[in-house]
Amino acid sequence: MPLQPVKFYQTGTFTVGNRLLAPEDRSVQANMQRTNSLNSGHRACQGCGEALGARYAIDAAMNASNRQLIAANATGCLEVFSTPYPETSWQIPWIHSLFGNAAAVATGIAAAIKVKRQKGQSGDVRVVAQGGDGGTTDIGFGCLSGMFERNDDVLYICYDNGGYMNTGVQRSSATPPAARTATTMPLGPEPGNPFGQGKFVPAIAMAHEIPYVATATVADLRDLEHKVTKAMGLRGARYIHILVPCPLGWGTASHDTIRMARLAKETGIFPVFSAEYGEIKSALAIRRPLPVEEYLRPQKRYAHLFGKSPAVATIARIQAQADKNIRKYGLLEKEVR
Amino acid sequence: MLKQCEGSHAVAEAVALCRPEVICAYPISPQTHIVEGLGEMVKSGDLTDCEFINVESEFAAMSVAIGSSATGARTYTATASQGLLFMVEAVYNASGLGLPIVMTVANRAIGAPINIWNDHSDSLSQRDCGWIQLFAESNQEALDLHIQAFKLAEELSLPVMVCMDGFILTHAYERVDMPTQAQVDAFLPPYEPRQVLDPADPVSIGAMVGPEAFMEVRYLAHAKQMQALERIPQLAEEFKQVFGRECGGLVRTYCTEDAETIVIAMGSVLGTIKDTVDEMRAAGHKIGVLGITSFRPFPLLAVAAALKNCKRFVVLEKSLAVGIGGIVATNVRMAVTGMGLKGYTVVAGLGGRAITVKALTGLFDKAGRDELELLTFLDLDWNAVNKQLEREKQTRRSGPAAEAMLRDLGTVASKIA
Repeated sequence: MPLQPVKFYQTGTFTVGNRLLAPEDRSVQANMQRTNSLNSGHRACQGCGEALGARYAIDAAMNASNRQLIAANATGCLEVFSTPYPETSWQIPWIHSLFGNAAAVATGIAAAIKVKRQKGQSGDVRVVAQGGDGGTTDIGFGCLSGMFERNDDVLYICYDNGGYMNTGVQRSSATPPAARTATTMPLGPEPGNPFGQGKFVPAIAMAHEIPYVATATVADLRDLEHKVTKAMGLRGARYIHILVPCPLGWGTASHDTIRMARLAKETGIFPVFSAEYGEIKSALAIRRPLPVEEYLRPQKRYAHLFGKSPAVATIARIQAQADKNIRKYGLLEKEVR
Repeated sequence: MLKQCEGSHAVAEAVALCRPEVICAYPISPQTHIVEGLGEMVKSGDLTDCEFINVESEFAAMSVAIGSSATGARTYTATASQGLLFMVEAVYNASGLGLPIVMTVANRAIGAPINIWNDHSDSLSQRDCGWIQLFAESNQEALDLHIQAFKLAEELSLPVMVCMDGFILTHAYERVDMPTQAQVDAFLPPYEPRQVLDPADPVSIGAMVGPEAFMEVRYLAHAKQMQALERIPQLAEEFKQVFGRECGGLVRTYCTEDAETIVIAMGSVLGTIKDTVDEMRAAGHKIGVLGITSFRPFPLLAVAAALKNCKRFVVLEKSLAVGIGGIVATNVRMAVTGMGLKGYTVVAGLGGRAITVKALTGLFDKAGRDELELLTFLDLDWNAVNKQLEREKQTRRSGPAAEAMLRDLGTVASKIA
């Protein structure tokens, strides 16, 4: 009987039964020895993409750093739901200072560790900083760019849910065009968030020519773990931007979080790639190309596009953006990893 | 060792003797020479086991300091004026987290209009931020206070601001007695925090605290400053034991025993005031001086004790609480509640306006005769002010006034009366 190649995407994802893999290839989360860095019992909403992303990312970073990890956290959902005094879900040394300074606090931690190591008072302790898109792309952007530019030994993880969800779903510079938020209502001639605004911080991170920049989603959790592990194997400033759907802010069902993340990737809305020193090194290929409508329609934040007279032109503009991503990042080409 | 050097350089050397482990630097006049000096020492290898980080803003400077201090590193930074205001959110955060960061504030005015010269508006705007604030009278005191500041900060788990007059001290070359490393090591033990970010003992720092405990946390911040009231004089005594000179403490008196009039001030202007007082005493005036070294915590009892035999006090301050008058004066009045003293507030030296012996002599003479207004602006150009007020009366227009006033004044000359 000829050898049958194992197809790892029968379920449409990278989901692989761990029993099919050699132990060293199994996921960090599948390991009984995983650290549960962000432990259960926290107060995230049901279906929170950020909680899922953080859990995978920080456990992977713990695994890669031999459990020698300190985290600095920006103000935001992740901070609030994980540490309502006197409780904490963090099983690692963790500090929250302010909304806009997680990257700088992490720089300080890394500097202290460096000196302590020189003095023989500390081992090789690694540092991550994390925040939402507001804390990263808006208010924390100065500190983030400074940390990148100095190439400080910090992995910064942005959990991007496209808005200020903690304060009640307001627009951030990561809110996509046409999306409804509390400050970009679906009213007037251009309902929702305007086109031609916002920024894609992974590209800006690449412009700093730091050792590693990657994007990921909570749909491809093995890819996320892989990227965090890869990042932790490098020194200097590293940046991972994870798309984390928010049932509250997006108006999606709690059980659709992973599906929404997958649709963002499969439509080309959110390009999943990695780059080293400013050059693209890999991109996750789109397996089943889908029109953006598939991604937009289930989300209440885009409901105004699908009323009695659908906003065909607006949807076409969003499709054009997705098509541009596909071209720019080569998302329909054969994957190179 | 005696040496002649710039105030900033003296402070940089003193800070280096304290064996800092992380220093954050962002340039702002007139603080810049201090961090330049420290950067040079780190780069040359004279200061070892120390990370010197050029950050992108003062907000980042204080944030990096928060991270390193929370990880157990002795941490220092310096700022002034707009820089202090730009980092305010992190300044409050550092004290709220109980991190013993030491920061020099090279006191400078706050704009608009932008002004790089000395007054105390910057530090005093942060009087309620939870930091200890010590004011230096001379370069020697600035140098010495930094050594005390690290010890005080680390014992009480509170950040300390050492305030020194921008340019007047930072850029002045004076003789200073630079201590030896052995002396500083004998006075200042290594930093041993009780809680740090350490994978061996993971803690969560900076959790959200609700109404159930927030008041208590704030009260504890106050209680710690009350402890500092006791600790500061003790530290000055311990300092004297090791270094053989007086420095620090809560307040400093000069010729107050028999004084009917006591002038109260902070910082380098105390030197000019003492010179004035010497001359006036020689002419028979019963006048003395009270210098406040510790503005936060504010030494209510020590101030009251120093003023107990006088008839009146004059607070001469380089700050203005717009809409009421004095900031230091308001604090002093709290100290003398019920003592039945006459009190005068003099706002002087804003934005670097020179404070001269001549002006002070006239001022104190008037105060001694109780002919002083309750609130006086020393050497104010009433002509320029009245012209502008008149102009505004005629045409009501919004917008800045500084440029119109400068036009009236013509060529800008330094205002030395």
